[in-house]
Amino acid sequence: MTYSDILMLLPVTLADGLVLGLVYATIALGYSMVYGVLGLINFAHSEIFMVGAIVSVEVMTYAFVGSDLHPIIQIAVAMVCAATVSGTLAVAAERIAYRPLRIRKAPFLAPLITAIGISLFLQDAVRFIESLFGQFIRPFPSIPFFDQQIPLTANDTISYKSVTILVIAGTMLLTLNYLVQHTKLGKAIRAVALDRKAASLMGVNVDRIIMITFLIGGILAGVAGVLYALQFGRVDPFTGFIPGLKAFTAAVLGGIGSIPGAMLGGVILGILEVLIGTYAPIFTNNVIGTEYKDIFAFGILIIILIFKPTGLLGRSTTEKV
Amino acid sequence: MKPTLGRLLAAATMTVLASGAAVAAEKGVIKIVSQSPLSGPQSVGGEGIKLGAELAVQDFGALITDLGFQLVFQPEDDQATPNVGVANANRIINDPEVLGIVGHYNSGVAIPASEVYVKDSLVMVSPANTNPVVTTRDTTKAIANRICGRDDVQGPAGAAFAVETLKVTKIYVINDKTAYGSGLASAFEEAAKAAGVEVVLSTGVDEKETDFSSILNRARIDKPDLVYYGGMFPQGGLLIKQMRQKGLTSAFLGGDGLDSGELQNIAGADNMKDVYFTTTGVPISELPAAAAFAKAYQEKFGKSPEGYSAYAYDSARIVIEAIAASIKAKGGEKPTRAEVAAAVRATELEGITGKVKFNANGDIVTANYVVVSVGATPAENKTVKVVAIDAPL
Repeated sequence: MTYSDILMLLPVTLADGLVLGLVYATIALGYSMVYGVLGLINFAHSEIFMVGAIVSVEVMTYAFVGSDLHPIIQIAVAMVCAATVSGTLAVAAERIAYRPLRIRKAPFLAPLITAIGISLFLQDAVRFIESLFGQFIRPFPSIPFFDQQIPLTANDTISYKSVTILVIAGTMLLTLNYLVQHTKLGKAIRAVALDRKAASLMGVNVDRIIMITFLIGGILAGVAGVLYALQFGRVDPFTGFIPGLKAFTAAVLGGIGSIPGAMLGGVILGILEVLIGTYAPIFTNNVIGTEYKDIFAFGILIIILIFKPTGLLGRSTTEKV
Repeated sequence: MKPTLGRLLAAATMTVLASGAAVAAEKGVIKIVSQSPLSGPQSVGGEGIKLGAELAVQDFGALITDLGFQLVFQPEDDQATPNVGVANANRIINDPEVLGIVGHYNSGVAIPASEVYVKDSLVMVSPANTNPVVTTRDTTKAIANRICGRDDVQGPAGAAFAVETLKVTKIYVINDKTAYGSGLASAFEEAAKAAGVEVVLSTGVDEKETDFSSILNRARIDKPDLVYYGGMFPQGGLLIKQMRQKGLTSAFLGGDGLDSGELQNIAGADNMKDVYFTTTGVPISELPAAAAFAKAYQEKFGKSPEGYSAYAYDSARIVIEAIAASIKAKGGEKPTRAEVAAAVRATELEGITGKVKFNANGDIVTANYVVVSVGATPAENKTVKVVAIDAPL
């Protein structure tokens, strides 16, 4: 590869990194918001994301293959279905596995364990349901519309798919930011995050706000599932684990509890991953292969956290969100 | 983080079978175990091995039951994961009724599991493991056998096809970092380099990777003639799909890990132009002796056989015949595991996949290597060429 080739590769690499990063960011918000209000790492979140992805594939496969509807409308319908199922599941998980423990003042590690329980339950439940139909790997149907290319630079193009994901994820993130920063509901969420007891004394229905936080997180995870399935083309019942882990990392990198932090963390992680995956083999003449991308991405993460332990946008100790 | 439901079910079935058997058997119970992934992404391939073996037990089980023993077929789920396969193996060797193993699907699982089997000379006949190390280790030489080919032949056979037929000059080589994938890819790469092909990119990717954009963006500039993938169909199919979505028209070649009916399903039927794989499992359609098997399989299980199903059928048959021969040699007594292992090694039979005879390593003396051109549906796959090559000693 010549230097001009290497340079030419940069815009499309960054674009792919941004797409991946926004998917991470959309998942990361769910971790971060729940942590903000409850101080709980909701490990079931990655499975809520996976369910969203599976629902979207099933909707696209069974409702829309061969349909004449505009692909954007198809995706919109899939998104509504996935967000509904994921949002409901997130709220159900909160009611079944977290709220009873909270009311009985269980030690703080107990909900962590029930979260892992819910996560395993969802994985195997989905696996069981899919296996009833003799299926495991669920491919996202090919939609030629999304494979069309538009020019990105003089030499390179970007697919409709990537643009669609950028627009949807971007809109979701901006809407959420507005919701939390500029509405009454957002004020209540921030109040609960700041001090649950004081908020309840001021007339905020804390349990309702916690439920809404889970609902928002679930909806975002469902949407992220659709975007993930659209971008990478394949999901299975164990799909949630790795993206979930990376989104959690992104939330920590950005400063867990911080909403802009989760977005920034996701985008940084996504871009780092794709950049390193692309350029490591080029600059090392195949000695360091693409498979090392996670090691470097996470290595950089450790370095950032050494110098900024609260994460990039996290504030120290008592304040959350 | 892996499911345990399957294992519980397997254990439950085992108990039922064992208790039922105890009543019926006169001279005792003999068990044949299949080990392959029955859950997880590769379960389609693993299921194909289990069902092939099951059919053989049904067809040839009388060889053992006529001698007064109860024969039980016990399928195990190794989840395509080395530690699960080894845990199963430890449980299996402690069950004295087990006299033979048909398995595995993944070399990375077969290699450590066979280290366990050898502790009690329990024989393993592999229908599908192509990594050379499966049979080349001195420690497991007595018990590890396979009736398929080897990657140190399959890789170069693929390279010969790429150079002579596809006339490639510039290629990418990608592997999934498993024992199977990296072994196959490096055998291919060496042979391709020796033939003067330029290897522009040689890299591993995570075994469960879903995002190949790092590699594919680059490929739009490098424009390789061929992308070679050493790995399994869940990732291979996705790599093909993402390649074609990025507008890359390079040819695609892989190994027998891509030999599954799921490949088209994952990659998309429209994306299969210029996609090939090499395999050591000759397609059923090319095996005249296997027609009846394919029909029986379809009727009994309601689906068509997977790439290695016929090989699993022959593997199980080898184990059954070896056990029957050892019982006869011992005057009707139950043979030891070592005696069965010796009888397997002495096998000479005409199976549905061809003539089976093992060399001193436990490799089949002559294996077939096939290049398949992938079609829009599994039925449209075309065999490009078949070569028979002797296993290296």
